[in-house]
Amino acid sequence: MTAIHILKEREKQIYEKGSQPFDLTCDKHSIAGSISQRACVFCGSRVVLYPIADALHLVHGPIGCAAYTWDIRGALSSGPQLHRFSFSTDLKEKDVIFGGEKKLYQALNTLIDTYSPKAAFVYATCIVGIIGDDVDSICKKMSKEKGIPVLPVHSEGFKGTKKDGYKAACEALFKLVGQGSINHDSETSKFRINILGEFNIGGEAWIIKNYYEKIGVQVVSVMTGDSRIDDIKSAHEASLNVVQCSGSMTTLAKMMKEKYDIPFIRVSYFGIEDVSKALYDVSAHFKDNPQILENTKKLVSSEIQNIYPELQKIKKALFGKKAAIYVGGAFKAFSLIKALRLIGMDVVLVGSQTGDQDDYKMLKELCDDGTVIVDDANPLELSKYIVEKKADLVIGGVKERPIAYKMGIGFCDHNHERKIPLAGFIGMLNFAKEVYATVMSPVWKFAPRHL
Amino acid sequence: MLLRHTTDKIVERHALTVNPAKTCQPIGAMYASLGIRGCIPHSHGSQGCYAYHRSTLTRHYKEPVIAATSSFTEGSSVFGGQANLIQAIDNLFTIYSPEVIAVHTTCLSETIGDDIPQIVKKAEAEGKIPKGKYIIHTNTPSYVGSHVTGFSNMTKSMVDYLSQGNGHKEKCINIIPGFVEPSDMEEIKRITSELGIKSIVFPDTSNVLNGPMTGKYKMFPKGGVTVEDLKKTGCSIGTLALGRLASGAAARALDTKCKVPCELLDLPIGLEATDTFIDTLRQVAGVHVPDSINIERGQLLDIICDMHQYFYGKKVGLVGDPDQLISLSKFLISIDMWPVHIVTGTPGKKFEKRIREITKDSPYKVNVKQSGDMFLFHQWIKNEPVDLLIGNTYVKYIARDEDIPFVRFGFPILDRVGHSFFPTVGYRGGMRLLEKILDALLDRKDRDSSETEFELVM
Ligand code: SF4
Ligand code: SF4
Repeated sequence: MTAIHILKEREKQIYEKGSQPFDLTCDKHSIAGSISQRACVFCGSRVVLYPIADALHLVHGPIGCAAYTWDIRGALSSGPQLHRFSFSTDLKEKDVIFGGEKKLYQALNTLIDTYSPKAAFVYATCIVGIIGDDVDSICKKMSKEKGIPVLPVHSEGFKGTKKDGYKAACEALFKLVGQGSINHDSETSKFRINILGEFNIGGEAWIIKNYYEKIGVQVVSVMTGDSRIDDIKSAHEASLNVVQCSGSMTTLAKMMKEKYDIPFIRVSYFGIEDVSKALYDVSAHFKDNPQILENTKKLVSSEIQNIYPELQKIKKALFGKKAAIYVGGAFKAFSLIKALRLIGMDVVLVGSQTGDQDDYKMLKELCDDGTVIVDDANPLELSKYIVEKKADLVIGGVKERPIAYKMGIGFCDHNHERKIPLAGFIGMLNFAKEVYATVMSPVWKFAPRHL
Repeated sequence: MLLRHTTDKIVERHALTVNPAKTCQPIGAMYASLGIRGCIPHSHGSQGCYAYHRSTLTRHYKEPVIAATSSFTEGSSVFGGQANLIQAIDNLFTIYSPEVIAVHTTCLSETIGDDIPQIVKKAEAEGKIPKGKYIIHTNTPSYVGSHVTGFSNMTKSMVDYLSQGNGHKEKCINIIPGFVEPSDMEEIKRITSELGIKSIVFPDTSNVLNGPMTGKYKMFPKGGVTVEDLKKTGCSIGTLALGRLASGAAARALDTKCKVPCELLDLPIGLEATDTFIDTLRQVAGVHVPDSINIERGQLLDIICDMHQYFYGKKVGLVGDPDQLISLSKFLISIDMWPVHIVTGTPGKKFEKRIREITKDSPYKVNVKQSGDMFLFHQWIKNEPVDLLIGNTYVKYIARDEDIPFVRFGFPILDRVGHSFFPTVGYRGGMRLLEKILDALLDRKDRDSSETEFELVM
């Protein structure tokens, strides 16, 4: 066992199921000097809004904030690609002293004239908050002059955590909702939903949309994978909001509930169990159309039949192997635990960067005895538990990948670096194959492990 | 066409950067700090910047990158980050026990004006810095300079804080390798020892960011220049600074502080620049160049001769850091290729002047810009196409859209491996660069030539 110190302040953020009464502290700001894996407000806003492909995304701040977020998520678009550009006001020393408002105005002016976007988002980063640029009034002025929504996104990094960034993004989106209308001439169904918290990484939104179309449910908008401003503007004409990444989008769903009386449900599209449940929950909402339920049954059973034989083969090979999960949002972890069980694996560690009390309680319910639950972990803690619990697989993000590999352990990305879709039934098979490939890789035969 | 929104009409832009060809200071400082053994880079600011810097370094090197943050909150940005930094220092020494904490600032802590040396003094007075451990710092506001500036600033801080002279000189040469890959730093050390010279290379990220797979996660890998050695830099007989922008400041500081004379050279990329590097080493240390090195030189020359017909007259577009682009341009011209569009995001007027000199005999019109961006670069290419692109990973959008062969070189490279293991400096590095260039050009020729023109032997 590796002897490491756990920061005293952090002791309460780690919990081993079965060993003590559940009392996990979370929702805390990371301690100065801890090597946190967390990000900032801006990061939260940027990931939510970025996939809107026909909007302008202008980062108001010094260059870094824009450079690091340039096309980092690879959210796919079926049409315009404006979101893949990196636009920045690139504030310089002079601007920090005299203010960047003029620059912002000029930049917006040029960009809107050049690209005629459907809307513009202006991300205010730390420095802008400190020097006090009046971003709101410039956006207002621009909106008036150009006749498109120009929306300030207050994402000054220091003003909170990634979650506050999600909130800022939701507020910006909410300003758009209700501004438009879908085409009512055609025989459109009243069975309409919005998909919230789905970002079209590797084309996941397309898979999900396709399922809904097949069961006879119309998707008004996806927020924000492969999204278009006009769709978002009409989102209030849906009769149900289906929220996937609940951490990021529940705020918007609640706002829409309040103003437009649109109910929402939380779902996950990851894993057979959860994706089936998502489709059934939606069809239950539209129970005055029994056809939808019929279609759903048919779809689910045929999709499962398609992937089941191969999943069974993989399960046999992976049976009893152990997994460690460290992801951004805790909600993702729930589905991951279930999906890993389905392919025969045990979860020995599970942690998140931003989980809250309820999330962790739910995690505790889901986990077996002996599973370690951590909030906001650092690399040393992670590596310690990975060794102690003899994990064969780590599921995490960018910064966890090289740690797992250095230790001679398989890795599966469940964050920014995905190329293959994990959503839906086909996604489950993709996931199983990926886990199989990494856990059973011949390279581990030659590699030292846990020396 | 991912960049289909790129227009070919070039208009002057003052308020707007599109598709940056640079990034910000702290990441350079963080990279330099990782080149000290047992060092934790510490970012004094809010968490976001630091998370981005770590992720980007992790993606480029495919290695665990450690660093810590002061985790500013709204409170710290109003009242200053003193309490955060002192707590961080305390925590880091208690838990991780690093030899050095290398603090750099971010835009935020710069703007609110935190005085790092004063805070460090306070931490010291409060007994938060264990005996024999060090804190060094540099200021890296990102509304000034670029990642190269940050690297330069942190490297200079190593001298300011740690170098010591004691009056007499050791037969040892300091080499400041510049903002290059761990593999390059390793190659510089190899060449130097091949010449029989004792050297101190700093910073030195070899074996830190290109380490072996050991089955164990090590927070402090065995690479990096030691504090001991950094102290001794003040007693060396001379310093070679490779790359004026990234290494000049530290070399000059060492000269002023400890009277160690320095030579400022171009990065040893390509035949000529490597010749100069080796010749200077030879003279400063008073040694002979061994056969082994001459053989390497001959081998590089051999490749150039064998394949020179494929280089002739090719037009190249380059994006990167100033020090790299200067040497690379010279190298390309020496093999009959012509850089026609050259952009760096890093500001500095001297760059344009240098490139103009280097390309003055060009048969083509040459576009150069410092503080430029990749949007402009793409526009230039639309107006005057090239045969080859060389630059960091982001160039791949342009390469794909315009269907131009592309060689990855510079920072960051997020989608390939090799850069951290195989050098591009020195004669051997030159051979690798040529191999990559030839592969790109000849693969294209094989793909595009008609059946009648298709050849087995090239
Ligand atoms: S530019 Fe400044 S604020 Fe932005 S990431 Fe870099 S240090 Fe942070
Ligand atoms: S400056 Fe602020 S907004 Fe930008 S990356 Fe850093 S913490 Fe985030």
